[in-house]
Amino acid sequence: MSDLTRWSASELSAALTSGEISSVEATTAHVERIDATDGILGSFLARAEGALAHAADVDQRRSAGEALSPLAGVPIAIKDVLCTTDMVTTAGSRILEGWVPPYDATVVSKLRAAGTVFLGKTNMDEFAMGSSTEHSGYHVTKNPWDITRAPGGSGGGSAAAVAAYQAPIAIGSDTGGSIRQPAAFTGTVGVKPTYGGVSRYGVIALASSLDQVGPVSRTVRDSALVHDVIAGHDPRDSTSIPTPWVSMTAAADEGAALADLAGLRVGVVKQLQVKGTQPGVHQRFDEAVALMSAQGAEVIEVDLPHMDYAVAAYYLILPAEASSNLAKFDSVRFGLRVNPGGGATVEDVMSATREQGFGDEVKRRIILGTYALSAGYYDAYYGSAQKVRTLIQRDFATAFESVDLLISPSAPTTAFPLGEKLDDPLAMWAGDITTIPVNLAGIPGMSLPMGLSPEDGLPVGLQLMAPAYEDHRLYRFGAALERLFQQRDGSLVYQNAPEVV
Amino acid sequence: MSDMTPETVRHLAELARIALTDDEITRLAGELSAIVDSVEAVQKVAGDDVPPTSHPIPLGNVFREDVVGQTLSTEDALAGAPDHDGSRFRVTAILGDEQ
Repeated sequence: MSDLTRWSASELSAALTSGEISSVEATTAHVERIDATDGILGSFLARAEGALAHAADVDQRRSAGEALSPLAGVPIAIKDVLCTTDMVTTAGSRILEGWVPPYDATVVSKLRAAGTVFLGKTNMDEFAMGSSTEHSGYHVTKNPWDITRAPGGSGGGSAAAVAAYQAPIAIGSDTGGSIRQPAAFTGTVGVKPTYGGVSRYGVIALASSLDQVGPVSRTVRDSALVHDVIAGHDPRDSTSIPTPWVSMTAAADEGAALADLAGLRVGVVKQLQVKGTQPGVHQRFDEAVALMSAQGAEVIEVDLPHMDYAVAAYYLILPAEASSNLAKFDSVRFGLRVNPGGGATVEDVMSATREQGFGDEVKRRIILGTYALSAGYYDAYYGSAQKVRTLIQRDFATAFESVDLLISPSAPTTAFPLGEKLDDPLAMWAGDITTIPVNLAGIPGMSLPMGLSPEDGLPVGLQLMAPAYEDHRLYRFGAALERLFQQRDGSLVYQNAPEVV
Repeated sequence: MSDMTPETVRHLAELARIALTDDEITRLAGELSAIVDSVEAVQKVAGDDVPPTSHPIPLGNVFREDVVGQTLSTEDALAGAPDHDGSRFRVTAILGDEQ
């Protein structure tokens, strides 16, 4: 049997269904892969103790003739921001060290019901605040393409795990690009669904009006398989959309079978080809545009003037919402408690706990958010940022009147060296410009690899954006583009990653 | 230019219940001054006629049936607490000497 860690979730699913392989075999291969590589990469914060037992259970149910879902028996890694009753959940923060939640996130429940086998919880920037996973309260995750570089963030653990064959699929969360930018940095695929498309119940909140959970994988079809499991209305999340969704897997299959891109109208967002974009990113993006045109797509440049204010608006809205959401870490109901002694009041204990339990980036954003929401400043900062959000939504709505899909580079650069931006928050935040507008508008976005940058040989991501509720367009045309890139290059980007060991 | 002085940061940290050290306050005052200057651009874009957006996909009046749902047991709710007496979370004094 060939190395099962190299198989896609789609391939594993087919072979599990036919009985060619067992889930215990697939799970064992990935567990051994993690054992062999995670000392170098640090993708995981916690490992699932029961993985092989779960796999054996799925195998037994299958052999008993039970009808199982397509992903039954397929291993998966879960970002540590999702609550799991059988694994410690920390959101990458020391303030939640050792915490085992009393309930599962809805996404986790859906994945359990589908029979996926959990491998463990993946590393992330603390409370998903960061673009490099260096702000994790525990350890740094290395990029499998070059272990001196960041895997992106905040979901660097999930992206690295999938790129390094530790897991075929993973779950991420995306508040300003935390699924898509790591996908770009690691040569993998990541999708941020329409806001409200996937339940946020049991997902430790960063910014409630921006957060969205989504799939991470090596192929477009694999993300579609995950998307179909996790999407859908959840009465436990009041922002969950009560709309039925079409099959993303079917959309991906249709897209992969398209003869060409005739009839597709694509808009290149002028403002998202930002100053300072790496030449190799520019080059691969221009080549992707040329490929789409050659395949019959009508590609035009679109002007979305308010994108220039997206980062500023985001870094007011996010800290404001985060400062409120993180007030729950008060040393009373869960997590760390630090008592400074000397007859400390509950407020003294709370303040000492948050001083010790939160990292620098979290403190920075809480203080900024507290400022943006404080009396006398609210209208000038938070209120103005919310108006900019309206203008950005209008920009997208206008553009989607004349195009089916918008595109941009997923990130202005390839993976940057670890440590390069750690002491310069504004430089770290500036790199989020390409992904942030999608979250502000609530629309769906995908990053898929479009080649390697000539200067450094690192993956470059193409971002696809669609109107709200039209997630299936990302899968249809993502799968079509993936096939076209493969035909052009002779391989998919992820297949060119160096061996970790 | 922003008014992000060390005194402002100290006040904000009290509001946010984070016992920052003096070194952190000094560093954050510098960092946040630069950050506030850079995000101030939002004030120049939108006029009074632009409504604010608080949620990207607005849903009005989301209700559920008024029936008892599944809730956590007391034991589960207390399981992750730093301190409890078996039925309630236990904390230190609510009021200090001066109160």
